[in-house]
Amino acid sequence: MNRFLWPLIGFIVLVVFLGIGLNLNPREVPSPFIGKPAPAFTLPQLADPHQTFSPKDMQGRVWLLNVWASWCVSCREEHPVLMELAKTKAVPIVGLDYKDPRDDALRWLQQFGDPYVLSIADAEGRVGIDYGVYGVPETFVIDKAGVIRHKHIGPVTREALQEKILPLVRELQK
Amino acid sequence: MKEWLLAILCTLALASAWAREAAPLAADEAVEKRLVAISEELRCLVCQNESLAASRADLAVDLRRQIREQIREGRSDREIMDYMVARYGDFVRYRPPLKGTTLLLWFGPALLLVAGMTTLVLYLRRRGSRVHDATLSAEEQARADALLSQGATDTEKQS
Repeated sequence: MNRFLWPLIGFIVLVVFLGIGLNLNPREVPSPFIGKPAPAFTLPQLADPHQTFSPKDMQGRVWLLNVWASWCVSCREEHPVLMELAKTKAVPIVGLDYKDPRDDALRWLQQFGDPYVLSIADAEGRVGIDYGVYGVPETFVIDKAGVIRHKHIGPVTREALQEKILPLVRELQK
Repeated sequence: MKEWLLAILCTLALASAWAREAAPLAADEAVEKRLVAISEELRCLVCQNESLAASRADLAVDLRRQIREQIREGRSDREIMDYMVARYGDFVRYRPPLKGTTLLLWFGPALLLVAGMTTLVLYLRRRGSRVHDATLSAEEQARADALLSQGATDTEKQS
């Protein structure tokens, strides 16, 4: 009995570690931006390139910055959820159209609906890099002072919205 | 045989015709050298197990462009590395910095090795002290001889 006890304990410890490792999502890289001011930028709006948008335009409001693109498959998966969220008017969503030809982006919004208060065009992906975007879609929760409070990587699901994003938004809106 | 050779040669010729022209190496070779040196230290976040230098992902191409521009602007390697870490965190570095949260990462393997060696040495010592030369008493010797000779006759019978 004793002969097998220690190897057994070692085995169990190994299994526990491997189990934890398997359940972690390797694509979710912790963002260094949490608790830091959202990087400043000025970009043309998608609908009207003559108008620009800066994060400071949203000062005093809690808002979501959703990185999307017409070429992004997971964005379609996420889209109905954003449409529902937009209908509730719980929080304004600003779209960052990432490395997308303008015509494609406009057609995409026309086809699937537009949940954004406005979208901005990041044609070269430079603002995306400044925000540490590596996998579209990504969603940032930004507070009234312009500080990034949360980053959701991958499509926003109903669960993520109900359990994490909306409670945080409500708390920040207080 | 000759036909085969001809066919192979034709295919090869075609393949080289198909091959895309090499991406234009930027005019400044020194910049490219530094770019490669820096991007080999960085992880491509899309593919994760590929370096930024090796990856063909769109993001990697963009990031290399960004690094190239910064080199031209005269920034140091350290500044460029800080720029990347500020955006993508320590995860982007293949050589994570030594700090509280990475202590286990840096010294874990050595710790495991020491623990393993200690266990092995302790185990071997304990076993060494338990195994000692045993001498047989006359009675035991006689019994062992009897058993051995019995075995010998058994095998003779069988063969």
